[in-house]
Amino acid sequence: MGTKSVQEGQEIVGRGVREGARLFREWFDGMTGVAEAGGTAAYVFVMGSLAEVLRVFDYPMVFPEIHALQTAVRRASHEYLNEAEDHGYSPDICGYVKADLAIQMRGGDHPMGRIPPPGLAVLTNACNTYIKWAEAWERMYRIPVFTLDVPGTRRAEAVTAPGDPDFENDRRYVAGQIDELIALCEQRTGRAFDLDRLREVLRHTNEMSRAWRRVLELNASRPGVFNAITDGTVYLGVANAFRGTPEGAQFFTDLVEEMEYKAANGLGVVEEEKHRLVFVGVPCYPIFRRFNELFTEWGGVFVTSTYLWFASGGADLGFEYDLERPLESLAEGVLISVRHAMDSMFYQDRALVDSVAQYGIDGVVYHPIKSCRTTSAGMADNRRAFMQAVDVPSLFIESDMMDKRVVSEAQMKNRIDAFFEGLNARRLQRAAV
Amino acid sequence: MAYAAGVDVGSTQTKAVLLDESRQIVARALIDTGANVVKAAENAYVEALQAGRIQEEEVAYVVGTGYGRYRVTFGNTQVTEISCHGRGAVHIFPETHTVLDMGGQDTKAIRVSPTGEILDFCMNDKCAAGTGRFLGAAAAALEIPLPDLGGTALKAERPVRISTTCTVFAESEVLSWLGRGKKVEDILLGVHQSIASRSIGLLRRVGIEPQVTFTGGVAKNIGMIQVLNDALGFDVNVSDDSHFMGAIGAALFALDYVLGSRVPAAREAQA
Repeated sequence: MGTKSVQEGQEIVGRGVREGARLFREWFDGMTGVAEAGGTAAYVFVMGSLAEVLRVFDYPMVFPEIHALQTAVRRASHEYLNEAEDHGYSPDICGYVKADLAIQMRGGDHPMGRIPPPGLAVLTNACNTYIKWAEAWERMYRIPVFTLDVPGTRRAEAVTAPGDPDFENDRRYVAGQIDELIALCEQRTGRAFDLDRLREVLRHTNEMSRAWRRVLELNASRPGVFNAITDGTVYLGVANAFRGTPEGAQFFTDLVEEMEYKAANGLGVVEEEKHRLVFVGVPCYPIFRRFNELFTEWGGVFVTSTYLWFASGGADLGFEYDLERPLESLAEGVLISVRHAMDSMFYQDRALVDSVAQYGIDGVVYHPIKSCRTTSAGMADNRRAFMQAVDVPSLFIESDMMDKRVVSEAQMKNRIDAFFEGLNARRLQRAAV
Repeated sequence: MAYAAGVDVGSTQTKAVLLDESRQIVARALIDTGANVVKAAENAYVEALQAGRIQEEEVAYVVGTGYGRYRVTFGNTQVTEISCHGRGAVHIFPETHTVLDMGGQDTKAIRVSPTGEILDFCMNDKCAAGTGRFLGAAAAALEIPLPDLGGTALKAERPVRISTTCTVFAESEVLSWLGRGKKVEDILLGVHQSIASRSIGLLRRVGIEPQVTFTGGVAKNIGMIQVLNDALGFDVNVSDDSHFMGAIGAALFALDYVLGSRVPAAREAQA
């Protein structure tokens, strides 16, 4: 990396967050345009969006998880949740589902624009709720729903690799389903599948994946160069919504430059980084900024997060497609990445143990949430396994990703303060030995 | 002689403790918190000063703890009650490895190091089920004074099985058992067993390593002590000062400053 002037440095630092916000405003504007023109979109999910196939057919893509969480970030989720509950949906089910269905009942009305209705829904089995969620759209709009069944890891210690007979069987199983999706898209759009266009899309995804992996690695720097919750969520949104596009590839190429610059110049995210943390789970979007401040006030910085792993559909692995055999490689990439996303939720303890040395972790924060049992159900057991494997303190705090009725800031602060008191006492004690 | 003070502003009661430089408790005070948290902290502190015949100028450092710790306006700093209960419990019972603190609105399970630092903790979340407040609601429904609850429960011969520890539903739960002709003492023991079971679930999440020290206001209840002992299979430590444990811990953190002229260890990295 070459030397940069002070002015160039000032322009680089924070560029990712600024550009990410701009891209998202444009993305919502684009969705509003589609909705106002009476168009529809392909509804897809972050864990296995199959964006590569859908982009070949130029489908506008809506990520319901993203537009749902944006209602919470914009402090409006309670309105949508209440409407869905008035309609009969239980307080105990996924907050994303309820916010999205209320948006549908409002004709797409969203704090950032208007969301077009689905013309097709594509999902994987990575989250069990996806299936019931898509069934709701199927009933509301009479649209086709395509479910890709991705074989997950059967046992915690047995992740198969390319070349293994079990892996090859799984890959062929996924490849067959992708063929069916392509046929469905051809039938719905009246357009023939274009293999060269797929190669182009895969190339953009490869650039993005390579850069995303590098960005995550760069947070091993001291101090950490980005906050895995606040900044990371912006990057994650771009990684999903702009997957397979030149804009997405450029964003992440630029992001690598920003992070390398920050690492080379020792630029962190807080004035003094005192504790390096891992976040496990889905963020607390109803008090998104404040939640993070409860940690940064103590000099705590999240340098990585399982959210960046599973909610990017496993893109953190940096899988790169072989453009010489695009369809076969697509199936392989989908299998490896989505399986990794599932493992990041269900068997995260192994990756967390590895992250301790890689990122120099001082503590782990587990955040089980009321309205997502998929990410939360095994957390207590995973935490126990993690704590048996390594001597790193952890905190277990419960709230929600959408529902501020179950977010108690005072109670969270009490636990977070006690966690840092323990970390500080531990540090002083070790220094004294 | 300089003194150190700990003021624990809890959801139900506010406690103040003064320690001398040899870590001896020289005064304590306990009052109901009420609606004015700032005043409660001041009153408890003044009561403790009067009880110990100590002038305010003689107190070198004050640590506030409890939910109202940031309202201890005369305090020098704050430490959470989780750290304070751990520190206090190890001070009173040096062989403590696990602490169960049962207060008015929350129950905490805390695993501590031999020097009282917090290794892990777990609390009830956003719900007062299984806390002292449930006992209070049951006592009100049965018209039994709180101090008599434990003794009455221990007279039971055939305890009922209480299905909920929800504080909101405590009264209807108790009344339904009365309606079925059950004796008051049998209902009460069922209530105690139910709360103990829930608390032991919290303890298991941090690991139950003897000795276990039982702190908080509910540790004054002999019935709860007995059912915990029965369920755990060994006796928990209980001090006469169990409900002052948070304030004692806070005063010990304050004494760190007095003796070492430095910020209490728990706050050092943030100061």
